[in-house]
Amino acid sequence: MTAVSDVTAKRFGVVWLQAGACGGCTMAFLDHGRRGVFAELESFGIDLLWHPSLSEATGDEVLAILEDIAEGRVALDALVVEGTILTAPNGTGRFQLLAGTGTSLLDWIRRLAPKARHVVAVGSCAAYGGLPVASPDPGEGVGLQFSGGDRGGALGAAHRGAAGLPVVNVAGCAPHPGWIVETLIALATGDLRSTDLDVLGRPKFFADHLAHHGCSRNEFYEFKASAETASDRGCLMEHLGCKATQAVGDCNQRTWNGSGSCTDAGYACIACTSPEFERARGFLQTPKVAGIPVGLPLDMPKAWFMALAALSKSATPKRVRLNAVKDHVVVPPGRIRRAGTEGGEG
Amino acid sequence: MNRIVVGPFNRVEGDLELRLDVEDDRVVAARVTTPLYRGFEQILIGRPIGDALIVAPRICGICSVSQSLAAAAALASFSGTVPAANGALATALAHASENLADHLSHFYLFFMPDFARAQYAGESWYGAIAERFTAIRGRASGEFLPVRSRLLEVMGLVAGKWPHSLAFRAGGTTRALDLGAKTRLRAILTDVRDFAERVLFAAPLETVLAWEGVEPLDAHATDGRGDFARFLRLADTLGLSGLGRGPGTVMSYGAHPGPNGEGPLFAAGLYETGSRTLLPLEPARITEDPSHSWLAGEAGPPARAETQPDIDRAGAYSWARAPRYAGRTVEVGAVARQLVAGHPVIRALVARDGGTSVTSRVAARLLEVAAVLRAMETWVDRLAPGEPFCTGGGEPTDGSGIGLVEAARGGLGHWMTVRGGRITRYQIIAPTTWNFSPTDGAGVPGPLERSLEGLRLAGLGARAAAVQHVVRSFDPCMVCTAH
Repeated sequence: MTAVSDVTAKRFGVVWLQAGACGGCTMAFLDHGRRGVFAELESFGIDLLWHPSLSEATGDEVLAILEDIAEGRVALDALVVEGTILTAPNGTGRFQLLAGTGTSLLDWIRRLAPKARHVVAVGSCAAYGGLPVASPDPGEGVGLQFSGGDRGGALGAAHRGAAGLPVVNVAGCAPHPGWIVETLIALATGDLRSTDLDVLGRPKFFADHLAHHGCSRNEFYEFKASAETASDRGCLMEHLGCKATQAVGDCNQRTWNGSGSCTDAGYACIACTSPEFERARGFLQTPKVAGIPVGLPLDMPKAWFMALAALSKSATPKRVRLNAVKDHVVVPPGRIRRAGTEGGEG
Repeated sequence: MNRIVVGPFNRVEGDLELRLDVEDDRVVAARVTTPLYRGFEQILIGRPIGDALIVAPRICGICSVSQSLAAAAALASFSGTVPAANGALATALAHASENLADHLSHFYLFFMPDFARAQYAGESWYGAIAERFTAIRGRASGEFLPVRSRLLEVMGLVAGKWPHSLAFRAGGTTRALDLGAKTRLRAILTDVRDFAERVLFAAPLETVLAWEGVEPLDAHATDGRGDFARFLRLADTLGLSGLGRGPGTVMSYGAHPGPNGEGPLFAAGLYETGSRTLLPLEPARITEDPSHSWLAGEAGPPARAETQPDIDRAGAYSWARAPRYAGRTVEVGAVARQLVAGHPVIRALVARDGGTSVTSRVAARLLEVAAVLRAMETWVDRLAPGEPFCTGGGEPTDGSGIGLVEAARGGLGHWMTVRGGRITRYQIIAPTTWNFSPTDGAGVPGPLERSLEGLRLAGLGARAAAVQHVVRSFDPCMVCTAH
């Protein structure tokens, strides 16, 4: 037949597995798209061959699908994994057996991944280990191709999908719905190449930005006008634990659930897109040495930061200083009034 | 006797394994296995107290707000923190949004697709139902998902994002809502009400909320044009009121602010479906039993329990412990909340059915959608921009507390002990831990295990739709169950 029908007939088959997951990545995935995520996937010919929360197939029907893939009878375009891959105890993976099989998720993933054109880790758990590997790491968890920030993980550093890419890491806890679906669509259309991933396997379209970029508290950041308690409007970096200047993500260039973001909602970025974010202790306070935050902006020399901070603090407008420690605007923007003239913005 | 193992069991938020002993096409015994253990209780130990607000929600991405609120409530219970009035309302709005999103996702994405199974292809109703409810491709999910997103815009305004927000504190919420945000909340609820009135009930909410007894429900099953009526007709046709009998006692921790800011919207307590008796809730009577769990230790109160895996424990078959109230199995969830709260339709329906069932579990969930949606509108009315959303107050360094909240799927409890500002004990009992409990040390099976006994499999073994209906009627969340 014609090339056109070949193109329209081309489908992109996805199997989604939940390893040591909370299900939150699937919840985020379901939030995508004005017409609903199913309609958006259909627009790009993406088939969910099986998804544990969404597909009809259950029990032996699922096992038939997985066996067909493992034995090469059915092609798999993408294996998507959500959740930490548990290896406990002692590398057996028995802390998570796939129901009805007596076989660990660890072994299922190792069996299916070599058959997939692409392997995608959705969420920081599947990418790097995530929250479940926080001390004492009860499940001896790993990511698909990383263990924390170290290459390796369940599939090993050398793994490449049949199409040539390493594991694609849609990091985040939970990731933005757009990061997940845009990654799948870009794989289906063949647009996502290895050069589109950063050194930690994250798509650059979100990982080439800092969570800080576009933060609605930016003016407070510039003047080092800091929030002191929860719900204050000021910058969250100096006291309240915010790592947005160190964490990747276009978090503040998108909207989450229609309008929000972590920092916009008044709480710290905890760097959930970074390997080992879970190792922090005391997330809600900024760690300091001699009163100076330990974690300064990612690529800024400390002396410069200190000098700029001192300068900007000294130049902070009264409006910014006062609003920083209130939960609503107490001084609106306006020209500095001179005696005998009208105030206001004009 | 024939023994069959069922799994992977999907559309249950995580994974589930059933072992069914079958004689003459009838289940004579069932064993429910929670196959995942991540160890969140172990992870919480030794951390600074405030870190519970980062760790706890990540137990579950489906009810992460509920997990946050249980942690915040446990903190508040011994710090004496009283949340700002606005913060309590904003919290309630986010919590209710999560519960409604869960209820509706369960109905449209997890439960109804089973009526499109091939087993029913010969039924007269099959074509229209399959067209509407087939998993992923059905028309209803396409109508529902944009409304789900719209509802979750409440999270964008109140909590920054969902799941896994840090906005929820013992003192309230971290984002003060201004008049613009309050107005946007109103607009969101208007859109969700429109969906409920046009698609789900095909009737004004006030009509649904005025129903008393089973007669209006029966009339709706006959005349209704919405998806709820479609379910009621299927339930009648397939006899779902006789499937999945519950254990006879239901429990609710009580939920949501009341209409005038007083008392809970849904009261706390226990209700016996046989004697129709209401009992007060006494949290001290809650125990957990690891006799059949891959966990070390003995039965006892959660406040004194420690969690340590023991994968070679003799007789163990699940990562979940067996929670008991005064030694009894209890059912939790929307049907429990509405029975305890005295919902006139659900009380009458359960009385007629002789106990909780597939039908009453689903009906309670959807009738709760109507009640909560209207309550949310009143909470938005009461938001006062300019007034505080979060009270301060230092974190306590020593003490013990309990946080009891109602997640969509039922009562969720966190038991926390703190010494020197660090967490020394942390125990969680999730809703599905109650419903999908393993057998206890006295040999008493959990609620689902008992519900499956006697079920007929229509010669289809594990594929029988009846198994699917009974299991999913509880709206299980398996990731929470063992955590």
